[in-house]
Amino acid sequence: MDAVLNSGDTAWMLVSTALVMLMTVPGVALFYGGLTKKENVLNTMFLSLIAFAVTSIIWVLYGYQFAFGADIMGFIGSPVNLLMKGVGVNTAAALAPTIPDFLYIAFQLTFAAITVALISGAVVERMKFSAWLAFIVLWVSLVYVPVAHWVWGGGFLAQLGALDFAGGTVVHINSGVAALALVYLIGKRKDTRLLPHNLGYSVIGASLLWFGWFGFNAGSALTAGGLAASAFLVTNTAAAAGMVSWVIMDYLKVGKPTVLGGISGAVAGLVAITPAAGFVTVPAALIIGLVTSVISYLAVSYLKPRLGYDDALDVFGIHGMSGIWGSVATGLFAAPFINELGTGLIYGNPGQLTAQVIAVAVVAAYSFVVTLIIGKLLDFTVGLRVSGKEEMEGLDTHLHEETGYRI
Amino acid sequence: MKEIVAIIRPEKLEEVKNALEAAGCHGMTVTEVRGRGRQLGITESYRGRDYRIDLLPKTKIEIVVNDEDVDTVVETIVKSAQTGDIGDGKIFISGVDEVVRIRTGESGKKAV
Repeated sequence: MDAVLNSGDTAWMLVSTALVMLMTVPGVALFYGGLTKKENVLNTMFLSLIAFAVTSIIWVLYGYQFAFGADIMGFIGSPVNLLMKGVGVNTAAALAPTIPDFLYIAFQLTFAAITVALISGAVVERMKFSAWLAFIVLWVSLVYVPVAHWVWGGGFLAQLGALDFAGGTVVHINSGVAALALVYLIGKRKDTRLLPHNLGYSVIGASLLWFGWFGFNAGSALTAGGLAASAFLVTNTAAAAGMVSWVIMDYLKVGKPTVLGGISGAVAGLVAITPAAGFVTVPAALIIGLVTSVISYLAVSYLKPRLGYDDALDVFGIHGMSGIWGSVATGLFAAPFINELGTGLIYGNPGQLTAQVIAVAVVAAYSFVVTLIIGKLLDFTVGLRVSGKEEMEGLDTHLHEETGYRI
Repeated sequence: MKEIVAIIRPEKLEEVKNALEAAGCHGMTVTEVRGRGRQLGITESYRGRDYRIDLLPKTKIEIVVNDEDVDTVVETIVKSAQTGDIGDGKIFISGVDEVVRIRTGESGKKAV
């Protein structure tokens, strides 16, 4: 298969992989780090950094193989090539036949890593670092890997025809719902106010997310061609619409536009377009982006206080809710002339919407239940939460013997 | 000898410093502080929820002067730090028993 590798595709996918890496390190780390209290800035950033490192190791040892190996009964991949044994330098990837296997493995690695890093936003300012380390290993192995197989690795949701171009279910619903399950177990912080200690960090982080998202979505075309370009443009359109829409919500509800609202809206737009990026038109992306910020805004400012859960940085409100909307919207707006794999409701195929709803429900239910079990197990063994004194005085000094600022 | 402690708006520090300089008062110690007065802070809004920020950033200026200069200095600070809005700050004046210049060891009026 050596001859079929395409240098254009390979070059674009190398760039895309590096772009997606940038989303976690430092994108998510900065986005989250700026939103917490200054006594917790290092711990918050560290949760993302270490998630990237630990997931990277799991992925090359066994994670990739179980997720993307030959399908076994629709549930898991066949784990050949453990430790990358038998993967040749010029072997083509089975699911992306014009790029090397090693590149596809690396590209998928960056997705696994950002998914677990995203969850950290919900539990910041109170979770034990040791518990987080164990959580990464268990969650990537028992939740991310099977779900990635079901949707992308030829598993039963793929066989059902559910569409997820770049990770609406696998990345965003999966992390958003897991976040909800974990905060249910770990409980509320003593101080639940969202008072960003350095919103400038978050602006840089969100901007890097937007930039890296071009690798995430346009890279998910797995080729350097028209589909990648189409995904690129709808991604940017939805992000822009998400920002404008959230700022309008700010005007209507608070009377003033906020910077945090602007970047939150952009991220919500990016999340929502993720499953749809390779299937929908630009006007559809505009609608997806405009609607998603309304949904996430209401989830964050009404649903959260009413239900009383302490999802510190709104992982469920933004990634979970916008991920659900984006996955459903893919079933509405998928246009066969953009990508022959998807025909949505408005183009006369209601079955696509059904498949999307089933995929959303299955991934959400599985992620919630298994995360609860993992969390409960960790709570009984290492304990999920730091002591009250450590929480009050800040995690940076207590868990890391460091402080973010010396002024 | 009197100590004058003025709590002012941080953004007014440059103006106050220049005005004091022009009035012949050169020495001062400046600290960034947080505090509140009768209005109990302001409100900030993040992701659609309002929070009361009850301690606001302020700047504290400490100056020790001879008795005859107190009125000039206080007047200068009031004039240069005033905006007329809530949050302009306060000035506290108290007596100082003794002043010693470390470099020379001299004390009293000469050391001020």
